[in-house]
Amino acid sequence: MSTSPAMQFLAQGAQMFLVLLIAPLTVGVVRRVKARLMRRQGTPLLQGYRDLAKLLRKESVVAENASWLFRAAPSLIFALTWVAAALVPSFASGLMFNWAADVVALVALLGAARMLLALAGMDVGTGFGGIGSSREMMIATLAEPAMMLIVLTLAIAAGTTRLSGVADFFIAEPLAVRVSLALSLVALVIVALAENARIPVDNPVTHLELTMVHEAMILEYSGRHLALVEAASYLKLVLYLSLLICLFAPFGMAPAAAGIGGWIVGLLAWTAKLLAGAALLGVWEVSIAKMRVFRLPDFLGIAFIFGFLAILMAFLTRGAVQ
Amino acid sequence: MIRGYEISHLLAGVMLVTSFALLYQERIAAVLKTFAAQSVALALAVAWAAYTQDRSELFITALIALCLKGIVIPVALYRMVVRLGIHREVEKVVGVGIALMVGLALTGLAQALLLKVVQGTAGHAREDLALALAIVLLGFLMMILRRNAVTQVVGFMSMENGLILAATGARGMPLVVEVSVAFSVLIALFVFAVFVFRIRERFDTIDIEALDRMRGDAR
Repeated sequence: MSTSPAMQFLAQGAQMFLVLLIAPLTVGVVRRVKARLMRRQGTPLLQGYRDLAKLLRKESVVAENASWLFRAAPSLIFALTWVAAALVPSFASGLMFNWAADVVALVALLGAARMLLALAGMDVGTGFGGIGSSREMMIATLAEPAMMLIVLTLAIAAGTTRLSGVADFFIAEPLAVRVSLALSLVALVIVALAENARIPVDNPVTHLELTMVHEAMILEYSGRHLALVEAASYLKLVLYLSLLICLFAPFGMAPAAAGIGGWIVGLLAWTAKLLAGAALLGVWEVSIAKMRVFRLPDFLGIAFIFGFLAILMAFLTRGAVQ
Repeated sequence: MIRGYEISHLLAGVMLVTSFALLYQERIAAVLKTFAAQSVALALAVAWAAYTQDRSELFITALIALCLKGIVIPVALYRMVVRLGIHREVEKVVGVGIALMVGLALTGLAQALLLKVVQGTAGHAREDLALALAIVLLGFLMMILRRNAVTQVVGFMSMENGLILAATGARGMPLVVEVSVAFSVLIALFVFAVFVFRIRERFDTIDIEALDRMRGDAR
């Protein structure tokens, strides 16, 4: 059963709203798993939606000396992150805008969002915002080279940097253990933890001045501005989990022309994998302590080393196959 | 379906990663544990090669690797370290970042070299050889960079792990050679141990910079 352009368009639109809808739930699962493992009751699974609804109703307080950038940044960050998250294939590959879902483009979109957030953090001129921005930039300069190495490894393996193409390639490929892919999986997990301000790098639940990175940057935001920034960070978590699923466990994802039946199967598989990923993140977060900021270069250096080794391995295997 | 050579590559890859971990690790007890892990991976790799290539004598090699290098040598070194009273010590490794970069460069060098030298031979053996050469070079690097005599010994042993991996991949080394190599390594351990204690007796430290001072070219 082939699908008409109108259906393709609807599917792409559905994916766009799907990621937005599921994002607070994903964060809710992470929080809930963490709380339960610490023998606390924890917040309800739907707390993320309530937080956002509450923040959207509240008045937004803006510092006197804030420039236009401070007001504009949340909307732009949210928009950039949403576009990036909507591009990662979730339930089906080869949707309408799959030609745009290139990993390099994804990195660029997230980089732009990060730059805006760092600028907004420094805009009001408080000490914490500056600390947060400077640390965020340090993490970014370490994480992005590793990310690019992972992208190149996948490009060598699959022959394309288009996410749909990579996913199709790995679905078609018989199950195989490849050293280069195993190494880049580890590297991508480390990068994802760093990018999402998750535990060994940053703690998403504290406002302790010595350790916070992401929270320090958004300290000045309130009301609907804060809602947008928070929603963007939820979306980013879904984006990275989705990326990991799409690249390393794409089983069940529907091919381009599967039609509604295939899409529903793909949707169920993707949701299950996403929530399982969130639960795993929760377990990871309670089982490890946060690192000192000065040790972060070592931690992210591991991602770089693994990414580099993955590339070397990929070249070696290719050389051997020829 | 998972093919046989993929498992052997995976195990060789694990060994390479542990080689990098050895370069990175600062605590002596952790270095010994990492070395033991590398040796166990070696034993598994050799056993897998024995199983897939139907060469039962390799099982003996695997057993030797597991018993000697996975258990006896790490335990002996750990006891030595405890007797020297340095098992909790953190060795200040100079320039971990640079060491890792050099390690990456060496890995690349090993692969470039192997791809040039053994063109035309069976592909999978070539990959295993390249990985083994990288492990050997990383062992060398560790011996050069470390200042503590015990961690230098570990560097030597991990280099020898790489050699065994190369030998199993190349369908060459007869068992007699294998056994004699294993025992010479064991004897090397004893010699090292005696030397380490002698160095300590004389200089009250096993930081080998003390030897530079004695030779007269202290910095």
